[in-house]
Amino acid sequence: MSEPADGAPLAPGTTVRVATMMPPGHVRTPVYLRGRRGVVERRLGPFPLPEELAYHRPGRPHDLYRVRFTMAEIWGAAAERPRDTLEAEIYAHWLRPEPTDAA
Amino acid sequence: MPHDHSHEMSPSGHPYRTDDDVPLSYWQQMEIAIREILIEKGVTSAAEIAAQVEAMDARGPANGAALVARAWSDGEFRALLMRDAGAACAQMGFDIGTLKLIALENTENVHNVVVCTLCSCYPRNLLGLPPDWYKSRAYRSRTVREPRRVLAEFGVELGDDVEIRVHDSTADMRYIVIPRRPEGTAGLSRPELAALVGRDAMIGTGLARVPGAAPPGG
Repeated sequence: MSEPADGAPLAPGTTVRVATMMPPGHVRTPVYLRGRRGVVERRLGPFPLPEELAYHRPGRPHDLYRVRFTMAEIWGAAAERPRDTLEAEIYAHWLRPEPTDAA
Repeated sequence: MPHDHSHEMSPSGHPYRTDDDVPLSYWQQMEIAIREILIEKGVTSAAEIAAQVEAMDARGPANGAALVARAWSDGEFRALLMRDAGAACAQMGFDIGTLKLIALENTENVHNVVVCTLCSCYPRNLLGLPPDWYKSRAYRSRTVREPRRVLAEFGVELGDDVEIRVHDSTADMRYIVIPRRPEGTAGLSRPELAALVGRDAMIGTGLARVPGAAPPGG
């Protein structure tokens, strides 16, 4: 698994894409959100990483974010109402900053 | 109705529930072993364990409802709740332990609903034990995919002008929905307001009750 980005914290409003990696283990990033693009709603701060805690490892603090997605982004044409939204908590090392859409 | 299959039906015509005559799982054996050792060594007692189970079962959504009622009637508290829900709970004297709480306020334009697709994360300290349906695969998978149909099955029909915001409780936070305050509640006391706030309203699968309306069945 890639290490968390050591860069500055992601500011609310930053466009991000969830990594598509499929590591085994106790992962809290739902598969239906991997590869999807969303916007950081807020930074929740560092939490001991469950991916480590589940295996009796120290659980080093990792930044956790709430990320907002549109149903259109998650489900495409099958979305029940494309403009409805979904928020989930995702750890920083799963998030890749993306260029924000112009307009 | 003839009762000619007495080995399958009770005298009142209901099917018998099958006995759970299956071997204990590894973890069931482990739980029994550890419990017995702890009792044997005097660390705890059977009565203490039973009392704790009873206390857990007895927890209900009353603390959550009190939180909502105060948020409805106290603007400063509402602001604190939205900014730092943990501090707001502490101010109410609710011990939420290590729980990290976020309050989600429903508005004219946004309706929030909470689900945990990965397991069954739930703010037990405020709402008690989660209902069985909250842990079901159907609720967990459908709420992120077709929340409007799910809400309609709970009797909540929202217009196309309202955005539904689903919150998947994936990691370390827990969520409580602050439902909209119903019309015609201006003169009500805080306990009267709290009585309008049911468990489902704080999960987002329900709305606050309108005073005088019949409580939901079941």
